Amino acid sequence: MRTTRFVVLAATGVLAVTGVTACGGKTEDKATGKANAVTVKATDTACEVDVTELAAGQTSFSVTNSGSKVNEFYVYAAGDRVMGEVENIAPGLTRELRVELPAGTYETACKPGMSGRGIRGGLKVTGAAASVAPDAALTQATASYQRYVTSQTAALLTKTEEFVAAVKAGDVTKAKALYPVARTYWERIEPVAESFGDLDPKIDGREEVIEEGMEFTGFHRIEKDLWTTGDISKDGPIADQLLTDVKAIVAKANAEKLTPLQLANGAKALLDEVASGKITGEEERYSHTDLWDFNANLEGSKAAIAALRPALEQRSPDLVKQLDTEFANVEATLGKHRAGDGWKLHTALSKAELKELSDSINALAEPISKVAAVVAR
Amino acid sequence: MSEQDTAPRTATLSRRRAITLAGVGVAGVAGVAAGTAALVRSPDHAAANDTAAGGVPFHGAHQAGIVTPAQDRLHFVAFDVITMDRAKLVALLQEWTAAAARMTAGKDAGVIGAVGGMPEAPPDDTGEALGLPPSQLTLTIGFGPTLFRDAQGRDRFGIADKRPAALADLPHFAGDALRPEISGGDLCVQACANDPQVAVHAIRNLARIGMGVVSVRWSQLGFGRTSSTSRDQATPRNLFGFKDGTANLKAEDAGLLREQLWAQPGDGPDWMTGGSYLVTRKIRMQVETWDRSSLAEQEQIVGRTKGSGAPLGRRDEFDEPDFAAKGDDGQPVIAETSHVRLAHPTLNNGARLLRRGYNFVDGSDGLGRLDAGLFFIAYQRDPRKQFVPIQTQLSRHDAMNEYLRHVSSGIFACPPGVRDAADHWGRALFG
Repeated sequence: MRTTRFVVLAATGVLAVTGVTACGGKTEDKATGKANAVTVKATDTACEVDVTELAAGQTSFSVTNSGSKVNEFYVYAAGDRVMGEVENIAPGLTRELRVELPAGTYETACKPGMSGRGIRGGLKVTGAAASVAPDAALTQATASYQRYVTSQTAALLTKTEEFVAAVKAGDVTKAKALYPVARTYWERIEPVAESFGDLDPKIDGREEVIEEGMEFTGFHRIEKDLWTTGDISKDGPIADQLLTDVKAIVAKANAEKLTPLQLANGAKALLDEVASGKITGEEERYSHTDLWDFNANLEGSKAAIAALRPALEQRSPDLVKQLDTEFANVEATLGKHRAGDGWKLHTALSKAELKELSDSINALAEPISKVAAVVAR
Repeated sequence: MSEQDTAPRTATLSRRRAITLAGVGVAGVAGVAAGTAALVRSPDHAAANDTAAGGVPFHGAHQAGIVTPAQDRLHFVAFDVITMDRAKLVALLQEWTAAAARMTAGKDAGVIGAVGGMPEAPPDDTGEALGLPPSQLTLTIGFGPTLFRDAQGRDRFGIADKRPAALADLPHFAGDALRPEISGGDLCVQACANDPQVAVHAIRNLARIGMGVVSVRWSQLGFGRTSSTSRDQATPRNLFGFKDGTANLKAEDAGLLREQLWAQPGDGPDWMTGGSYLVTRKIRMQVETWDRSSLAEQEQIVGRTKGSGAPLGRRDEFDEPDFAAKGDDGQPVIAETSHVRLAHPTLNNGARLLRRGYNFVDGSDGLGRLDAGLFFIAYQRDPRKQFVPIQTQLSRHDAMNEYLRHVSSGIFACPPGVRDAADHWGRALFG
C-alpha cells in the first residue's frame, strides 16, 4: 500500500527549510554567448564523444544512435549527478542535449538497451568556475532534480504509450517485454508520483490494496492478466485508463515544486520501497520483474542524492563518502543479477542472494536516512 | 519446602503439594491417584478467588480476560473442530471449562496432576507450570463464524440459526495481505498471564485435552501488552516506540462498557447477552524502515508526540486531541492522515473498542528483518458498528499503512461468563 508519506511532511512543514524554493528558471549563459558543440556517435557497443575537454559554459551534445537498441545519453558530475540526459533515442535517430557545464570533471555515458552503468568516457571542463553559496547549492539541487523528473516523466509517458498500444493490439510478448521498461521510469520517481493521492493506487495499486467493491486497475492488473492467463483481450479499457492516469500524473509531477528536504526523504523512501516490497517479491508477484524495480528505485534514490551532492559536500563530506561507498556496494551486489539488458527474475534468486541484497540496501539506507537532517540544518 | 509454612494459602500451594505427593506416589498406584485427586481438589478453592495472590476469578457474569487489567503475556490459539459429533464437542467444552477453572486458580490442568499419577500413565498435566503462581492467568473462549456454518456451508452442530448477526465475516480491507492458514478458526482461546510459561502451559494443556476433537489451526505468542484496560495501568509502548491505547476503553468506564463492550439483551441471540465480540488482527510492522524515518514523520503519522504521548499541539498524554487546530502554515496540527485522528470516536460515530493487543516478535524473516509487530485484539458490542467502520477508515487513509501489513484476521463471539461449577463454556449455545 502506498501512501502519501511525501506529502505528509510537505504539507505540515514541520521541517520546512525556509528560504529555499525550487528555482525553475533556466540560466542561459550570457557571458560567453556561444555554445560548445559536441558530436556523439552511439552504437550498441560504443559511445564516441568527439572531445574529451571543453570550455565551461553551454554545451550542446548531438547524439546519433546508429545501433540496433534504444539508447540513452547522460552527462554525469561526481557521484553520478545527472547534469543532463536524453532518453529513448531510437535506432537511427539523432537527439540533442543542451546543458550548462561549469568547470570540473564529468563523465559521459551511452546506455544501449537503456540499462546498466553504460559506456563511460571522461570529460574535462575548464575555465571560470563560479563558487556556489550554501543556500544556492540547495536551490540548484531542486532545479537539478526537477530536470531529472521532467526527463523521467517524458520517458514514462512514451513507454506507457508503447505498452498500452501493445496491450490493445493483443501482443502479449511485446507487452511483457515493455512492462518492466515502462515501470522503470515510474519506479525512479516513485515518491513524487506517490504524492498524488488517488492516482497512485489507480496506476500502481496491487491487488490487495483494493477495497471491497473497488476495481483493480493499472499496471499490476495488466501484469496479472499477462502472466497468469495471458488473456488481455478485455484489458483495452484498463490500458486506456492507465494512460489517462499516467498523463495526469506526469502533468502534476512536472508542475510540482519540490523542496530539498523532499529530495532527501524521497531518496530514503525509494530504498524503503526496495526493502519492504521489492526484496520480498511482493510488488511484481506475477511477472517477478522485481529486480527491474529494485534497480530503478536505486537509480532514483541516487539521482535525488546526486542533486543534493554539492550541498552535502559543503555540509557533511564524510556522509558523501559513505553514501558513495554504499551506493557502489549495492550496485555491485545487484550487478551480479543482470540478465541481458535487464534483470533476472526474483524467483531465480536464492534466499541467500536476497539476504545479501537486503543487507546492502540496509547499509545504504541507514546513511541516507541521515541526509534530511543535514539538509535541514 | 520451608516457605510452605509461611506462605499464604495461595493457589501456588496446590502445585507444590503435588510435588510433595510425588514422593509418596510409588506406594500404591491406584490409591495414590485417588488420594492426589482428593488433595488437589479439596483445600484450595478459597485461593482461586484470592486476587492478591495472583489469581483472577474464573466464574462471573462476564468472561475474565476482557476487562481484566491487561497482563504482560499472551498465548492465543485458534482451533478447527475436526469432529462432526456434537456430543463430543460439548463434552470437550465441559472438560475445557473444568481445566480452565483449575489452571486459572494455579492448579494443574487435570485432577491427578503433573506428578503422582500412575507411573504407567502420562500425567494429566504437562508439568511446566509446577511451582509457579497463577500469574493472573485468564482463559477466554470465543466461537468463530465457521463453527455455525463451515466453509462448505454445513451446519455441523445444529447451531447455524444461533449465529449472531454481529458475528459477520469481516470485509476485505484495503491493503489486507491475509494468510488463510493463520486466520479464522472455529474456536479460539486467549490465554493472558504475567508469566509466559503459565500462558503457554494453559494453551498446551487445552490443546492436549482437545486432541481428536479439535486441531490447532494457528497460535500466537505475545509480550508487552500494548494497551491499558484499567486506569491503574500506565500506558505501554508498541514496537514503533509509541504509547498505545491511551484512549482505550477502561474497566472503570461502567457506562461505556455497557454501551460499547457487552452484548445487551435484544442485541442478538440470548446466549450472547453479557458476551462480547472479539476481532484479532496480526499486524506485521516494517520496523526497519520505520526506524529510518524521522521523528517528525513518526509523530505526524501517529498524531502524538513520542515522548509523552500527548496529542500534537497539546501537553499531556490524556489531553483531548484538538483536531480543529491549525499550524502557522494553515495545515491541521494533527494531520488528516494521522492514526489518532482516523481512529478517534468523533470520526467514527462515537465507536470505541476495548483493545488488549500484544507485541510479537516471531524471530526474523530470513532477509534480516524482524518478523515483528502487533497482535491486535479488540472486544466490542458489535463489530459491524465498531471495528469495521474504524478499520475501513484506517485502511484507506492511515499514513501508518506504509509501515504495516495485516497478515492474519479473526472474528469470534465470546459468550458471557461461566456462572458457577455447574455451568460450562458454550452451555447456553448448545443447550
